[in-house]
Amino acid sequence: MAQYGFLFDSTRCTGCRTCMLACKDYKDLDQSHAFRKVYDFEGGSVTAAEDGSVTSDVFMYHVSAACNHCANPACLEACPVGAVVKDEGNGLVYINQDVCGGARACVDACPYGVPIYFEDVKKANKCDGCRDRVAAGLRPICVESCPLRALDFGEIEELRAAHPDAVDAIAPLPAGDATGPSLCIIAAATATADAKGVVTNEKTIAGDEAWAS
Amino acid sequence: MLNSEEHAVTRRNFVKGGFAGAVATAGTLGAASMFGCTPAEQSASSSAAEEASASSAAEPATSSAVEPAALPQDEIHWSQCNVNCGGNCIFQWHSQDGKVQYMETDNIGDDDLQGRACLRGRSMRRWLNSPDRLLHPMKRVGERGSGQFEEITWDEALQILHDKLQYTIDTWGNQAIYNIYGTGMYATTGRIQKRFLNCIGGCMDQRYDYSTHMLQAIMPYMYGSQFSPYDNVHASSFSEAEANSDLVVMFGNSPAETRMGGANAVWDYAKMREGVMGRGGKIVSIDYRMNESCSGHPEEWLPIRPGTDAALAAALIHEFIVDEKTDEEFLAKYCVGWNEDSMPESAKGKNLSYYDYIMGAGYDMVEKTPEWAAPITQIPADKIRELAKDLENAKAPFVVQGWGSQRHTNGEETARAICMIPIALGKIGLPGTNTGQREAEPPIYLVGSIPGNDADADGNVPEGGVAPGCSILIPVYQWLNAVDHGTEMGVKNAGILDPAGELDDNDGKLKSNIHFIWNYAGNCITNQHGDINKVHEVLTSKPDDELFILVWDTVMTDSAKYADLLLPDAMRSEQMNMQTQGYSEYWTMVTVGTAAQTPPGDCRSCYDVLSDLADLFGKKAEFTQGRTHDEWVQHLYENNGGEAAGITMPNWETIKEQAVFKQAVAPAIGLKAFRDDPEANPLGTPSGKIEIYSEQLAQLNDEWEFENDERIHPIPDFHGGFQGYGSVNDEFPLYCSGFHHKSRTHSSFGFIPELEQVARQQVWINPADAEARGVAMGDKVRVKSPAGEIEIEALVTNRIIPGTIAIPQGAWHNADMTGDKVDKGGCVNTLTTYHPSPYAKGNGPAHSMIAQVTKA
Repeated sequence: MAQYGFLFDSTRCTGCRTCMLACKDYKDLDQSHAFRKVYDFEGGSVTAAEDGSVTSDVFMYHVSAACNHCANPACLEACPVGAVVKDEGNGLVYINQDVCGGARACVDACPYGVPIYFEDVKKANKCDGCRDRVAAGLRPICVESCPLRALDFGEIEELRAAHPDAVDAIAPLPAGDATGPSLCIIAAATATADAKGVVTNEKTIAGDEAWAS
Repeated sequence: MLNSEEHAVTRRNFVKGGFAGAVATAGTLGAASMFGCTPAEQSASSSAAEEASASSAAEPATSSAVEPAALPQDEIHWSQCNVNCGGNCIFQWHSQDGKVQYMETDNIGDDDLQGRACLRGRSMRRWLNSPDRLLHPMKRVGERGSGQFEEITWDEALQILHDKLQYTIDTWGNQAIYNIYGTGMYATTGRIQKRFLNCIGGCMDQRYDYSTHMLQAIMPYMYGSQFSPYDNVHASSFSEAEANSDLVVMFGNSPAETRMGGANAVWDYAKMREGVMGRGGKIVSIDYRMNESCSGHPEEWLPIRPGTDAALAAALIHEFIVDEKTDEEFLAKYCVGWNEDSMPESAKGKNLSYYDYIMGAGYDMVEKTPEWAAPITQIPADKIRELAKDLENAKAPFVVQGWGSQRHTNGEETARAICMIPIALGKIGLPGTNTGQREAEPPIYLVGSIPGNDADADGNVPEGGVAPGCSILIPVYQWLNAVDHGTEMGVKNAGILDPAGELDDNDGKLKSNIHFIWNYAGNCITNQHGDINKVHEVLTSKPDDELFILVWDTVMTDSAKYADLLLPDAMRSEQMNMQTQGYSEYWTMVTVGTAAQTPPGDCRSCYDVLSDLADLFGKKAEFTQGRTHDEWVQHLYENNGGEAAGITMPNWETIKEQAVFKQAVAPAIGLKAFRDDPEANPLGTPSGKIEIYSEQLAQLNDEWEFENDERIHPIPDFHGGFQGYGSVNDEFPLYCSGFHHKSRTHSSFGFIPELEQVARQQVWINPADAEARGVAMGDKVRVKSPAGEIEIEALVTNRIIPGTIAIPQGAWHNADMTGDKVDKGGCVNTLTTYHPSPYAKGNGPAHSMIAQVTKA
């Protein structure tokens, strides 16, 4: 079986969210729901000297994250009704909306917080890697949208071979060892797995409640 | 501090925490029972699944597998983003049954040369189909500014418009009609009201713009009368830096926020960075915020107090002098006013040169050492010396200023001071260098727009053509003063421009106030102008028979609330459309598109409406030249500029089929011709050289009238400016600046909830300033300035220098203007004080503000 996945280049990403909005447009998602999310991550501080001048060791980068179409998807394992499917041909993981019972087990299980629950239809859904586009020989809508050419998509082993220094986790993403994410990250110098910092846009990546607050 | 250990959570917890709100909401519903599974059972079953997965890999659930859906056979229509980021990115609409379904962007050919729309462009469907679209002509029924309107027919609307125009012309003349600045529609057949107005005698128009007001007005005194911020003659392209520079120094320039599309400068910038760094070069980004262009490259950020760039430039040049790294040969040959030797006769022997200013012999007798600059700029003296050394040692420094630096009340000096850095080093007009101006825009525009008049280059108007009308121009920021007291305004006290001498018989003063405002696709009446509370006061003080405001737009902007007549426009994606590339990315392109869906309600093409209005004045033949809208598009395409640029373009039938034609453009070096041969290619200054000291400006300073101790500065020295450095006080102890934000292009897209959700309207405040005020991340705060007060969410971040707060410009003003006037929309122009800058009479207060923050 081939395994497809995303490449993300954090040396290029400017946190613009075009990928998010392209996905929302294609998947017809409103402001409360997003299948791809961009994290603003920062750390360090600015310190002032006696003359008022300042020095900075602040760092900042963004992470654009969608479903990682894991080798061992926690969502699939958690689903009580077998609605989560890993495509045998390309490894993309999707939720069969006809089968989903709205148990939300996948929402709880995914270490990346990828599946989201839709109250209107009482089902969970998530990034399916634009499997309809991929089947038609196209790239996922987010990949083609990126103004910085910071996203790519393809057979994950080929992406990893082309980028031997790439990693599968940088903060704030969790370590990749649990689920085997099909993710290939070109890491900026300060973008490490154990970088100490905070996500500063929690409200923009969460759902209804945070949006309204 | 934000990054203390106690705030550092494990990554796994943090990511999960980010979604806690959504999960909790879902958990309260218990809706799963509909599917025969109670929440308790569901919880148990998911635990069971987790246990199962811990012991053995789960079986693939192939029973649920479904084939991916076949992509539907959509109609494809093309158009472009027409707002004012300068990008004009390409839309590839997928429509079904006359309605857009979703968008792809430019995915034609090489990935490198694609006009990929940014997040805003990708939200254009939300705009097209917004429930807030204006659908019918309306006339005001409540007080001006109340936003109360009633629907009328197009026939009624055009009769009102006709009668009010005629009344205005009969009573005060055409100069009383003002074509207010608006940038919500850049298309070849978009902003065509000037052509119509010229059919009936013309109108007063604007000079300069809100983007480059101070810079555009003052730079001709340094680089000559041909100067434009929008060319590749006075600035180099990013692609030149990509190929040849080893040091890029940016002042207040963030392509990742101002030039966001994939056809736009941000992509040129990314390639430039990779080129420069790949050679072991370096990028320095001088800004009061760690802007998004530094993403992933935080070492590039050099924090500076806003509005103090000229002080940094002075200290850098002081170091060049001390280190004997100035290019004295270049300065003597190419420049006026560097030192006593090159001063004009009128200014000799008075210690007025820039050198004397720097070395402490100038008017203030202060040597501009790094130690002098440190407390002003907040940059440590050793950092200034380090940057000076980097600049001295660079083979090809590329010094570039965005337009944020000049959008201050001292912007006229700041714009020139930044240019002094490459000038002092003699690094201008050479490979890999830049002039200190913003990255170049491309020299080729493949198609033109419907012309405002039909005069040829010699001013001759063909039989039946449209003649140019009134030629008086006012600085774009001065329109409100001209509504209020235009007849007191002239050249010397208000910067009025009167190229044809129309005001010579009136002591150079305007003959009338503005009595009719024509506002098409723009939000510069309130939101994007400045000092909204003052605008409200002036506009609501005018009786109905002294002021008439036409607003013509697609949604109810804050400016639209002040309309007497409100007309609904069709979007470009709802009609045949054509536009060339934007003015900021470095390539050339044209897109010819067809309607992706039908216009809603009574929305019509503005061309068709203006044709009908011209008919009421008996001027239809002149206005249309016998062409329909679509025939104009074909006419403009077939008279394209391809041949002149040596580019072979597809014919009309072919472009209609293929929609997009695009081509790369070769890199450019600013002022190369002047550098190569200054005698053959002199600048348009009186001396033909770069004028560091401008005798003309010194003369204007003597002749012009100023209301206070402000003056015009012949050299680009540092001074704080109105509400700039040194003006904070106990009541307003913080500096405050506006900046461009990803969720909007100015105010365009400011009503789209999907955009506001992903890029919230927040005031940036350093933890030191936040903690002193008890403000935490996400708190609602009040920001108060001498001009007004807003309510806004706080982003507590180390990405902003202490002592300064920053507010994304363009958010939609939302205040009870008959009540407390507190703006809950967080529009920065509620805070800007209306105080035009000394020479340009420009919008310097946009970034020069003082403020206080309190927890709401």
